[in-house]
Amino acid sequence: MSHQVEFGLWIFMLATFIGFEVIRRVPPLLHTPLMSLTNAISGISLVGSIILAGAGRGMMATVLGAIAVCASSINVVGGFMITDRMLKSFKRSGAGGEAR
Amino acid sequence: MSEWLLSLLYLGASIGFILSLKWLSHPTTARKGVRAGELGMAAAIIGTLLHAGIVDYRWILIAAFIGSAIGAALAIYMPMTAMPQRIALSHAFGALAAALVGTAEFLLVGGDLDTFTAGVLGLEMLLGYLTVTGSLIAFGKLQGIVRDKAWVFPGQNLMNIGVLAVGLVVVAALTMSPASTRLIPFLIVIGLAFGALFVLRIGGADMPTVISMLNSFAGLSGAALGFAIGNPILILAGALDGASGFLLSVFMCRAMNRSIVNGGFGGFGATPTAGAAQDQRPVRITSAEEVAMLLDTASLVIIVPGYGMAAAQAQHKVRELTTLLEKRGTEIRFAIHPVAGRMPGHMNVLLAEANVPYEQLYDLDDVNPDFPRCDVAIVIGANDVVNPAARHDPDSPIYGMPILDVDAARSVVVVKRSMRSGFSGIENELFYAPPTMMLFGDAKEVAGDLVHEVSKLPVPVLAR
Repeated sequence: MSHQVEFGLWIFMLATFIGFEVIRRVPPLLHTPLMSLTNAISGISLVGSIILAGAGRGMMATVLGAIAVCASSINVVGGFMITDRMLKSFKRSGAGGEAR
Repeated sequence: MSEWLLSLLYLGASIGFILSLKWLSHPTTARKGVRAGELGMAAAIIGTLLHAGIVDYRWILIAAFIGSAIGAALAIYMPMTAMPQRIALSHAFGALAAALVGTAEFLLVGGDLDTFTAGVLGLEMLLGYLTVTGSLIAFGKLQGIVRDKAWVFPGQNLMNIGVLAVGLVVVAALTMSPASTRLIPFLIVIGLAFGALFVLRIGGADMPTVISMLNSFAGLSGAALGFAIGNPILILAGALDGASGFLLSVFMCRAMNRSIVNGGFGGFGATPTAGAAQDQRPVRITSAEEVAMLLDTASLVIIVPGYGMAAAQAQHKVRELTTLLEKRGTEIRFAIHPVAGRMPGHMNVLLAEANVPYEQLYDLDDVNPDFPRCDVAIVIGANDVVNPAARHDPDSPIYGMPILDVDAARSVVVVKRSMRSGFSGIENELFYAPPTMMLFGDAKEVAGDLVHEVSKLPVPVLAR
């Protein structure tokens, strides 16, 4: 097993563990914003798409990469915006419009 | 740009993502969480753009601009009721990006891939493409483009498993000989076909589970891509997304008393319940005026909303009603079953948008002990989640499913269009129970009538 793979497995294992522990604490109240936030975060495929589209590895790579950049930026931009829009509507009683 | 700066930015991004999920554990810190996630994402993107390997920025910028515009438009104009559709659509986009990058990587490197990377990329493509079509079908079902009912025929499970098995064989072949890239189109077709077959098989009632599963798949395919191209931040974000989707599907299955396997390959969206004999017992029918009189003297009122309320756009009228009652000194709670909407937590978002304060939104376990001291429970648009048969009738398809114990309340008002049974086609005993009264009509109109009747009541002396 190469060093890189081993390193990757460590990250995967620890991130899954942290994910379970942190997400278990998200109340059902916020499960929809949770899903839309993790969606935005998984828009991180943008990183892989950028590397593919911009590395000058030929026509096929550039085209597929550009489509991937487009698809993942929909998730990044849309995901964060809509999560915020949802969370804005969660208010305490009597807190009228001063939600922060 | 130096290698260590990139590593540092990726590290910062990881911290941002983890904090963002951590802060989502409470409504007061949740928006800070979104900021943390955005900062993390910005760090990762800036780091990547400045990465030494990038030589051509033209297509990246054009594609990113188009994508951002579409994303922003979707975020601004999508109504909250359509949230499940939007989420399904974004699972499809996320999986498409990961699958395309994986495909290109495999086609470019092909024979030079080591066994591990070839295997991971193969699985990544299979998972990615099946999530694309699966999510698109889910989107179609939620949007009403594809028939909502489960599409079932004999031998279907066997066929689906067969298709998946062929896909896995192709992945194995690619792992053994990564140079045979001509197998890749087959893999793509099989992935796309399985995704569609898998979700067509599933009925509307199981949507919350399916959406969560697809969420998990999209995340895992991202993580697999991270392994293949050796990018740690992709592995981390994909693992977080995968874990979140997995946990949510477990919660949804638990809320419906199903196993994960059962959720995907069978269940009451699919099995036609044996004849569902029409019950001929009489029900007690009431009027808005009568309910208003009950509400007049109530000290605790619990509202039990279901998807029917959202479908009728009645949440704003319901909020008007509860505001009126609150002013009269009545305590209000909303009892929300985990599968009340079409995706996890959907009902909470809809009610929050209608300005219901979040302290009034109660989870199943927190509200059930309150029903015995509840004077009036108003069930509006919910059906299976309040059916007492789930507690005591082992023959019922929903037996064992955790339900809201509405029948323990002193009076129960069920707002319903007609006596037709719910999603699962199961007769609901609650309608015939002694404390229950039926209030027939469109949820929005009925809520409006109740607002009208309650506002005519004399103001109690105790409330100001």
